[in-house]
Amino acid sequence: MMEPSEAALPEEPVATHEEITFKTDLSQTRPSEDPQDLDAAVRVERFSSWYGDFQALQALSFVIPENRITAFIGPSGCGKSTLLRWINRMNDLVPSARAEGVLELHGTDLLSSQADVVDLRRRVGMVFQKPNPFPKSIYDNVAFGPRLHRKLSRSETDDLVEQSLNDAALWDEVKDRLKASALSLSGGQQQRLCIARAVACGPEILLMDEPCSALDPKSTAAIENLMATLRQHYTIAIVTHNMQQAARTSDFTAFLYQGELIEFGATQQIFTKPEQRETENYITGRFG
Amino acid sequence: MSAEVTTFGPDRLSRHGRAASIALRMLKDRGFVVICILAATSSILVLSWLLWSILSSGLTYLDWAFLDDVPSRKPEKAGMGPAIIGSVLVCAVCAFFALPIGVGSAVFLEEYKPTKGKWVKRLHAFVQLNISNLAGVPSIVYGIIGLTVFVEMFGLFGSANDPALAIGSHPFEASDGSSYLEQAWYYFQLPIGRGVLAGALTLMLVILPVVIISAQEALRAVPDSLRHAALGVGATRWQMVSKVSLPAAVPGIMTGSILAMSRAIGEAAPMLVIAGIVFITYTPLHLMDDFTVMPLQIYEWAKKPQEAFHAVAASGIIVLLAVLLGFNALAVFIRNKFHKPLS
Ligand SMILES: Nc1ncnc2c1ncn2[C@@H]1O[C@H](COP(=O)(O)OP(=O)(O)OP(=O)(O)O)[C@@H](O)[C@H]1O
Ligand SMILES: [Mg+2]
Repeated sequence: MMEPSEAALPEEPVATHEEITFKTDLSQTRPSEDPQDLDAAVRVERFSSWYGDFQALQALSFVIPENRITAFIGPSGCGKSTLLRWINRMNDLVPSARAEGVLELHGTDLLSSQADVVDLRRRVGMVFQKPNPFPKSIYDNVAFGPRLHRKLSRSETDDLVEQSLNDAALWDEVKDRLKASALSLSGGQQQRLCIARAVACGPEILLMDEPCSALDPKSTAAIENLMATLRQHYTIAIVTHNMQQAARTSDFTAFLYQGELIEFGATQQIFTKPEQRETENYITGRFG
Repeated sequence: MSAEVTTFGPDRLSRHGRAASIALRMLKDRGFVVICILAATSSILVLSWLLWSILSSGLTYLDWAFLDDVPSRKPEKAGMGPAIIGSVLVCAVCAFFALPIGVGSAVFLEEYKPTKGKWVKRLHAFVQLNISNLAGVPSIVYGIIGLTVFVEMFGLFGSANDPALAIGSHPFEASDGSSYLEQAWYYFQLPIGRGVLAGALTLMLVILPVVIISAQEALRAVPDSLRHAALGVGATRWQMVSKVSLPAAVPGIMTGSILAMSRAIGEAAPMLVIAGIVFITYTPLHLMDDFTVMPLQIYEWAKKPQEAFHAVAASGIIVLLAVLLGFNALAVFIRNKFHKPLS
């Protein structure tokens, strides 16, 4: 038997069957809204993007509504990641990438060459497909972003770290080992740490590019439940290949196919009575 | 594939080709191992014979006093104190210049790599290629460059004995009435002459390519996902480099730099060009002062006609080998202790 004092590394709470079930199944609970009635966090209009001569996105027009979860679905290579990488300007790192059209975050032009990219990226949180915590302590990982942008006192940083880890539903699991290396966490915990790190900068929108694709069902459930909580404070855009996940977690769904926006609408409507043939084929698994 | 291959399962091979002899294949296998063992033992034998001959003759004069004593005409009194201190000084000054310049260049070449512009990219590739080439240039060439560029400074400031600029020297009246210039510890002159500084800067040239390349490799080993994470929360490029990529690369950079320094400590040829063979019985007082280093001192002893001095040279070699071994052990230690996985 292990003494309580020996249990220095708290394990993830043992999952009972209850906990694995996904708390949020919006198809039952949420009324479907018209995206046009809601405030826009991101406005996309006639937005096209190229890698060299290859056109990856073709004249997309839609809005990502404020304080809602918008899922992007579509077959591999249809341009979902490309779209997210434009929203936080990660495509600046790709020399051949260029874009045309309108892309605005709360009225700020995201494409302008005058835009302050550093400030933009602070306003747009990004969670990557593979968890990528820094090889630093858990505490320093979360405090990394805030420290870049302002001078913080010790107690301010402490508060921010605790709050962000709480937001990411990780606080209880790591509060006793904040100084431990972030790499000692499990994959699911690392991904939640990355969410905490993004949330700590106070972003206006959270972009998640297949955040659960490297995770087991339990960690996936943890992250989905987390998204449901975060929804009250943040606008979330999530890319996923998991149809159930999109249906469970999102308010709105955008279906992209070969760089074009085929359909955008309330998730419930997209998954029950899609207007386009391609959408229906894709979500029922007939191609993709 | 011809259409005749119609057999399936284990019969497929037996229908085609002649069976290779298992015995012959095993023989080749064994033979190769024997060749490898022979190659390994022969080099180990040569090495241990070398070590043995050095140890057997060198241990005669090796004691604590040998590390402290100054060179002498009598072999039993000779020591390598000034050479050891000279080596330490030259290498310290060399590291002082080589590390910031080398790591800075590596960061510039790796982290600020141009992504746009055909000509800038070509320039980058050209510089990169030349740094790799410079790592292979014989060190004597650097010695000659150092002589022109550092020691004489192209003759722009007069000669070393009549410097155009001298800071930190003041006239000193000796008791017998003669006066000379006394030089303070911060004495500095242009041109810098055959002093510690010239030696250190020349050694810097020798090891810079190695430092740059090893630092670049260490930076390249830092996964891009970490850089993206830093940029993603709004880090500037410099914040990304200083807070993420450089710290993650530090163990690798240190290992490479220490190995480069151990090369610097063992270099004789460029030092011979810069310092020449000088009989030095004192510690250098300032950076312009004459100096000698361990390999030079050993060289000087080894070329003396008296047999006894060859034994002294062997003692010097033992000391030098011990220092080099220490450096390499430190590098291995750092690599094993501080290299942690990055993702
Ligand atoms: N750096 C790049 N250079 C050139 N082409 C690229 C680059 N990145 C993506 N592409 C191309 O752009 C298209 C869209 O890629 P993107 O990564 O956005 O797809 P995705 O929808 O995220 O796919 P997945 O679901 O597999 O992640 C693909 O055809 C891809 O080959
Ligand atoms: Mg993608």
